[in-house]
Amino acid sequence: MAYQGTAWKYGDDINTDVIIPARYLNTSEAKELARHCLEDLDAAFVKKMRPGDIIVAGSNFGCGSSREHAPLAIKAAGISCVIARSFARIFYRNAINIGLPILEAGEAAERIQDSDRVEVDLEKGEIRNLTRGEIYHARPFPDFMRELITAGGLINYVRERAGGAAQ
Amino acid sequence: MGMTSTEKILAAHAGKKVVEPGELIQARVDLVLGNDITAPLAFAEFEKTGAKRVFDRDKIVLVADHFVPNKDIKSAEQAKEMREFARKYDITHYFEVGRSGIEHALLPEKGLVGPGDLVIGADSHTCTYGALGAFSTGVGSTDMAAAMATGQVWLKVPESSKFIYHGSLSPWVSGKDLILFTIGQIGVDGALYQAMEFTGSAIDQLSMDGRFTMANMAVEAGGKNGIFQADHKSLEYFWARSSRPYQVFPSDPDASYSNIFEFDVSRLEPQVAAPHSPDGKKNNVRGVSELSGQTIDQVVIGSCTNGRMEDLRVAASLLRGQKVSPNLRLIILPGTQEIYLQAMREGLVEIFIEAGAVVSTPTCGPCLGGYMGVLARGERAIATTNRNFVGRMGHPESFLYLAGPAVAAATAVKGRIAAPQEVAQG
Repeated sequence: MAYQGTAWKYGDDINTDVIIPARYLNTSEAKELARHCLEDLDAAFVKKMRPGDIIVAGSNFGCGSSREHAPLAIKAAGISCVIARSFARIFYRNAINIGLPILEAGEAAERIQDSDRVEVDLEKGEIRNLTRGEIYHARPFPDFMRELITAGGLINYVRERAGGAAQ
Repeated sequence: MGMTSTEKILAAHAGKKVVEPGELIQARVDLVLGNDITAPLAFAEFEKTGAKRVFDRDKIVLVADHFVPNKDIKSAEQAKEMREFARKYDITHYFEVGRSGIEHALLPEKGLVGPGDLVIGADSHTCTYGALGAFSTGVGSTDMAAAMATGQVWLKVPESSKFIYHGSLSPWVSGKDLILFTIGQIGVDGALYQAMEFTGSAIDQLSMDGRFTMANMAVEAGGKNGIFQADHKSLEYFWARSSRPYQVFPSDPDASYSNIFEFDVSRLEPQVAAPHSPDGKKNNVRGVSELSGQTIDQVVIGSCTNGRMEDLRVAASLLRGQKVSPNLRLIILPGTQEIYLQAMREGLVEIFIEAGAVVSTPTCGPCLGGYMGVLARGERAIATTNRNFVGRMGHPESFLYLAGPAVAAATAVKGRIAAPQEVAQG
């Protein structure tokens, strides 16, 4: 699966409180959450971005709370993929579990600049910077996680494999 | 090669003799936790699994604590969803307002977590229970849903880092100061994906409440879990609250660590984390003497980090006979109803109210900028909570400092960041 979009570049330690502030956590409606995506970091983000765009950040993206509302807000806003040097662990789990594509790619996180056009091939783990004519490679997912992603997230995986046992 | 206590607990719950860092395992969970923000999302996902019942109605804990008593209509709907799910699936440990508290103060108090347990919770501060020698970690709502259906969770076995604290703590220095200092040293991703094992003579002397505070903030360094060796203090704490079986998993002397940090903390002064992160790279964590003088508009004492009896006793010892500065508000939130009642019996609530503080029912409210103490633009607060990210306690242009209860109480009296010695009597 391939995505193409404009890069929105942010720094290190982008936390879940700025991705979706807690004052909006009295709902879990994804569309409602999307309206406030990254509001406390970049108030105009939701107005500026276009569906398919890509967030590029430094290390420890998604640190802080366990709120799944954070990847949900990013996904529902229309972001196709998040590329970072590293992700905080709960955010990493949550993104995989809900089917938000994420890639750990240090070189890409460093080289891609704000507003670059970027194309991502998830299966190959290949990131192409169309503006600069560069290609970067992401860390491949472990097999188990690839199975989760192929199944369409954790819930489908559970329904296929363990759902019967839970009946 | 020996194993760490984290590795031993994970191996035991995965039905294996040995596990190694990096290995992906399916592990059996002893307890699954959710709150009023994360659980409603999990309920929706749980229904999608097609499960007709939960894996074990005694091993799921539902605590409404973030926005209750309901702060608005939407929060009321979320709390109602929890109540209804608990009824539908006959959940044993559903805690209703008035018989409840902040989840990470409540679960240990009720004896629901013991040494050697594996606990997951849809809340990042679930790592608190490592103070009892359990493996516990925060996950998301979908993980919670899958675990409620199957009783299992997938985990990557973390590498372990060991933190050894030598020496004896000075008066007014607590677990909060040790963990703020540690995060300041290693950075907010200094223990990313890792188990943080806390040990040393200063830890042996630390109270259970101090250990809960430290384990609670392991996630603030990126840690997967924080863990303490179960000793007589943790076992006595557990025995007083539960008679069920448990298992102690000590780290082997030849266990492997990716990092070992040693600190002599004898001369450590109370620590303060400046806005907007306890990050050492930005030199944000400093001794209180370096920041004293900064004027403050609001002080909050409470939360899953520092809302326990010891925290309230320390605050009361400094507030007794004193008045809260006229330029500042002091908000105190006991962690659970039991703590609230005990604080009343000991006369602490009277001390707080006479000093001019507001004492509220247990809630996470102000810690995450929900309600009960939200900050206006430009305001500065100091809190005993766990995060001071941009906008965490309210307006994105407000400023939050983190500290332990002693510095918070001294600051409330002085109207500016103050060392406890400035206020302490006798």
